[in-house]
Amino acid sequence: MSDRQTASDTLLEIRDLTRSFGPVQALRHMNLDIRPGKVHTLLGENGAGKSTLIKILSGLFPPSSGSIRFKGKAYSPASPLEATELGITTIFQELSLSRNLTVAENIYANHEPNSFGFIREKTLYDNARQLIAELDLPIDVLARVDDLSMAQRQLVEIAKGLSRPADLVIMDEPTSSLSDSEAELLFAIIEKLKARGTAIIYISHRMSEIMRISDDITIMRDGEYITTLGKEEADINKLIALMVGRSLDNVFPPRISETPTPNVTPLLEVDQLTAHGFFEDISFKVRPGEILGFFGLVGSGRSDVMKALFGLVPYTGNITIDGKAVTIRNPGEAIKLGLAFVTENRKEEGLVLSHSVGNNISMVALGYFTNSLGFLKTGLERNSALEQVRRLAIKTPNLEFTSGNLSGGNQQKIVLAKWLENKPRILILDEPTRGVDVGAKFEIYTIIRELAAQGTAILLVSSELPEVLGLSDRVIVMHKKQISADLPAENLTQEYVMTHAAGVAHAEGNSQ
Amino acid sequence: MNRLTSNPSFKAMLRQYGGLILALVALCLFFSYQHGAFFSVSNFVNIMIQVTVVAIAAFGMTYVILLGDIDLSVGSMIAVAGMVAAQCFISGFGFMSTLAITLFAGLVMGAINGMLVAKLSLPAFIVTLATMGIYRGAVSLPTQGKPARIDDEMWYIIGNEGISLQPIGIDFEIPYMVVILAVVFILNALLLSKTVFGRRTYLMGGNREAAVYSGIKVDRIRIIIFMLCGLMAAISGVILSARLGSAQVNAGQGYELDAIAAAVLGGTSLAGGAGTMVGTLLGAILIGVINNGMSLMNVEYFYQLIAKGIVIILAVYLDVRSKKART
Repeated sequence: MSDRQTASDTLLEIRDLTRSFGPVQALRHMNLDIRPGKVHTLLGENGAGKSTLIKILSGLFPPSSGSIRFKGKAYSPASPLEATELGITTIFQELSLSRNLTVAENIYANHEPNSFGFIREKTLYDNARQLIAELDLPIDVLARVDDLSMAQRQLVEIAKGLSRPADLVIMDEPTSSLSDSEAELLFAIIEKLKARGTAIIYISHRMSEIMRISDDITIMRDGEYITTLGKEEADINKLIALMVGRSLDNVFPPRISETPTPNVTPLLEVDQLTAHGFFEDISFKVRPGEILGFFGLVGSGRSDVMKALFGLVPYTGNITIDGKAVTIRNPGEAIKLGLAFVTENRKEEGLVLSHSVGNNISMVALGYFTNSLGFLKTGLERNSALEQVRRLAIKTPNLEFTSGNLSGGNQQKIVLAKWLENKPRILILDEPTRGVDVGAKFEIYTIIRELAAQGTAILLVSSELPEVLGLSDRVIVMHKKQISADLPAENLTQEYVMTHAAGVAHAEGNSQ
Repeated sequence: MNRLTSNPSFKAMLRQYGGLILALVALCLFFSYQHGAFFSVSNFVNIMIQVTVVAIAAFGMTYVILLGDIDLSVGSMIAVAGMVAAQCFISGFGFMSTLAITLFAGLVMGAINGMLVAKLSLPAFIVTLATMGIYRGAVSLPTQGKPARIDDEMWYIIGNEGISLQPIGIDFEIPYMVVILAVVFILNALLLSKTVFGRRTYLMGGNREAAVYSGIKVDRIRIIIFMLCGLMAAISGVILSARLGSAQVNAGQGYELDAIAAAVLGGTSLAGGAGTMVGTLLGAILIGVINNGMSLMNVEYFYQLIAKGIVIILAVYLDVRSKKART
């Protein structure tokens, strides 16, 4: 690396950067050199530390230790505004647009051309028009953001970021909501920026575009810097191996029961399930006691399939449970059919954070603890909740404790407990260990294994590939809203699954 | 481990309402010092009578606020209920059928609010702001804006007589209004704290999204709760019209604000998910004590309004601060 670069042509230099949140080290000993006029891609799985690094650079929070030098000077912005003024602009993935304002008003939000506080409308719209023309975007500056498509909004977001002069532009998954043709517009903009000498830090999960536009690629894993490769040294298989490269030993509890054989009647059969715009033509079967893994990159549609199974997304196609055709129109019907859904957002969709552990655990199964007049049998409810607390080893002082004050791992166990109270036959787990520490992860894995051994059919959605491979009997890979592979988990490699998820399986040939 | 939170022990209750009870005691002491007649059984009964109409309406409001919604049409529904009763009597209905029709009218008005909010996804504030006007206007329809007399003996008794304690040797009468308040309070407190319906109300108010994912029928609960609020307003309307002996077109005007104030003073969170009937009752009594004490002191009505507003801000601020300090 050092032979490729000298100090003089480095725009941004990061040395030994560390950031911890309480006991969690989100970023450890990070090193990075960014050259002017080049695209530098950060590559890593979710939780690899990319977001933390970007947030430090954009002034959202300071590092715990380490040094950053930008344009030869020490760089420590106190706020995002200061970061922009110093010359680093960040285009975030989450849209930060005001939906009721026009495109132009959004682009110049917070730095409107004005005289004594009065906005100069004409200058505002002229400037916006000029910027949009320069970037060659098919967008009307007078349009209200609310009337734009998600892709157009993403392009406005990019224009907004580029409305101020910047020496370094950070793009966090800018193509995640763009189609191929719209992505081309972005790549053209990137070429223009490079020609101007602007450096770009680029984050994406799409391997093909990374190979196409990157000059340098830095791989990160578990908050640590792994290595930096030049474009000429990198190929997709090598990058994927570096990105996932950790062994699965001792991370997962051993299998308790045999993998169910194909001649067992499926508990749940899904045939040609489609919800336009969400997913297309999804078919799979899951047997009692089987763990069926779902892997796909963000936006591949895997969570939407689960929502449809739970009556939250209207679908066409057939769902069969126990050989009987069923329709699921709302969560109530899904629950009656024996389904349970641990969603990926436990704080929004899982828990009532302001309520007690006990109230949350009995949330789904309240009907069991009720007499004919609708009065709660609190003793029964309490004992059952205590039983779950013991079984899942939820660390809470008592059942009255406010669930929002517990750790992520314990909160996740409460969500699990509330569904187990209802004794589900089909358990959907969407990112069951997101934001959960390693110890609690292992405990949750153990519970999943036990449930499977007792005959529960489990659909396991995760963006952590080792988790999917370590637990599943079979793996379904999704890419661009469709199933791209249905594979037995035995002897499956992460690299092979990743090629299917990234949609490059054909380009690379069958590598297994 | 203690008992579940929806079932608090006496100690927990004291901790929860300590501030409110303290404020009540302080105000009582102050008014007793200012005016000798304040501290007497007859005056306390008087306060309870004054509190009844607002307190019952506030019980209904408590459910609505628990969901994070609001019902501004409560005052108007009180007036509609009175007018429905008056018209029933004029049309020759008896006491029981009039009572049934009046309470049913409350359920219908609440159902209209609830359907518009739940089924059309309109904000409760806007829907009930509109129906506040519609219901208030509807009161005047039968009489073209004039009040209507109610000539029914039973109706009169509800608002003006009581259960005599003479048979057990005490020279005292418990007004029927206070008995109704007690019964309605107990029923609401049971419904909210001991039943599945109550628990689901709390869960839904705490996190509607999570409630949806847990299979709780959120639309249905929302409609039922607006109906309950309408029913409570109708009961208030019955009592108010019984006390006045007539249906007034401007009856109950502004009561929705007193009902909201009572619920919020009692610790009901406007964000939803937290609050109790006990708290609301205490909140209503606090407002009643302030009104009664200042009236005894011959404070002008406009000063009363100003003082009441200040007390509400102070009480809620202290409550918010003490809750922050605890977490």
